[in-house]
Amino acid sequence: MTDVTDRVVGEAPGGLVHPRNGPSDNVPHGLVRPVVEQSRQRSRRASLALRTLLPAAAVSLWWGLTGSGVIRGDVLASPTSTWNEFVFLLMHQDLLGDIGVSAARAGIGLLIGGGLGLLLGLIVGLFALGEEVFDSSLQMLRTLPYPAFIFLFIVWFGIGETAKVLLIALACLTPMYLNVSNGVRNVDRRVVEAARTFGLRGWRLVRQVVFPLALPSILNGLRFAAGISVVALVFAETIAASQGIGYLVTQASSFNNTPELVCCIIIYALLGIGADVLVRILERVTMPWRRHLAVR
Amino acid sequence: MTSTLVDAPAVVVRDVTKTFGTRDVLSDLNLTVGRGEFVALLGASGSGKTTLLRILLGLEGISQGDVFVPEVRTTVFQEPRLVVSMKVWRNVIIGQPRQLSTRERAVTALREVGLEGHADAWPGTLSGGEAQRVALARALVREPQLLLLDEPFAALDALTRLKMQALVADLCARHKPGVLLVTHDVEEAVLLADRVFVLKEGRISLNVAVDLPRPRRVGGQEFDALRDRLLGELGVTSV
Repeated sequence: MTDVTDRVVGEAPGGLVHPRNGPSDNVPHGLVRPVVEQSRQRSRRASLALRTLLPAAAVSLWWGLTGSGVIRGDVLASPTSTWNEFVFLLMHQDLLGDIGVSAARAGIGLLIGGGLGLLLGLIVGLFALGEEVFDSSLQMLRTLPYPAFIFLFIVWFGIGETAKVLLIALACLTPMYLNVSNGVRNVDRRVVEAARTFGLRGWRLVRQVVFPLALPSILNGLRFAAGISVVALVFAETIAASQGIGYLVTQASSFNNTPELVCCIIIYALLGIGADVLVRILERVTMPWRRHLAVR
Repeated sequence: MTSTLVDAPAVVVRDVTKTFGTRDVLSDLNLTVGRGEFVALLGASGSGKTTLLRILLGLEGISQGDVFVPEVRTTVFQEPRLVVSMKVWRNVIIGQPRQLSTRERAVTALREVGLEGHADAWPGTLSGGEAQRVALARALVREPQLLLLDEPFAALDALTRLKMQALVADLCARHKPGVLLVTHDVEEAVLLADRVFVLKEGRISLNVAVDLPRPRRVGGQEFDALRDRLLGELGVTSV
């Protein structure tokens, strides 16, 4: 990219033009230099710095308020005590085991719910019959508050893993379904038509053309679902668990252990970010044709 | 016929070089378009003609040299590029200052391209030729001193293209903007332009005035001679 900023002084009223037009510049009468509007390319480091700006500000605010005593330790734990609690949990309470259990629940729930959402989304997006059969029911399901189901699931399946995983699956189903069906419906009909005339039909048409073209929406759905899976995880674990981060939360709240509570919240946040990063990586890997297509 | 109005130009390009990576797309390019002059810019694919147009529009910067354009300049792209969520008349006055954004102005411009009856249509319901005429009305409503045309007829069918070319010739003769038409259609260039530039390897390799009387028709001895000369310059000899 060319740097032309030395020409740009400001915008004139009524147009995008009006750079420095000094008399010594030899500018033809009545003309101006075109002003180039360019998105500035930021370096990777500058970009990373901007991304961490707000989280860093939040942490320092937290540090400042708790460290100076404006907020008491039993209301909100300071970063230092949270860190100490973290190290303690890691050393003596099998924190990694709990994280593993929680991540596995979220992951399995996401796999089941997301997979089902993907399947239903494809069916509804591809076939008018599918839409007529499934769409209204799924739209209804979407508006139900999924946390309410946990009690029903406990009655049905007991307080074991099944109830928790099912709740997470249920929560992941609708965002995946909505995005997939929408994405499939919006696939360029002309390309599908062309592929048909070249003899591509049935499952091969779906796999080679429809699926890749709907992939942006599908991955968007996966991203939503992954985020929701962590939220549902919190619900499921807080209600009934004997292991996992939610179990630690319940334990900590009954002892008013704010450092442990803050610690657990941060771990949930990290799980959420982790899921998001995974999907982003998936986007880069599975859609090489889209790498430089961002409209900014 | 105006051939050169160097004292009152609409475009001045001085020693412009544009580099992408290590490749010079334009190298030391010089070019002037007069006020009210219709200039066609011919060139093979990759000769840099679209790059030049994008520079004049301010969509692309330059690596060296100097470029000057009038304040009011508009463009018609190869595709209509209408906003599908706006009625036709709103598309015509898109981005205009509030006091100029009247339906009346839009309809007047639409009348000029013969589409005043479609003012309330959605862009999605128009044919390709109609949509391109809306794009032309959108460009002319701004009363530009410079009109940049980026192969505006390329996506049209042959019959619509003929009508559009006549419409553009007529409207440009009436409004007298400076026009830079980028095309690779030699006959179109000779039909419409006061002057034809051939762009080759990032420079103007040929600059001819077209002194044929208007209105012009394809064919005739002079027309063919000029067409063959331009085709020869573009490296097409056996036509």
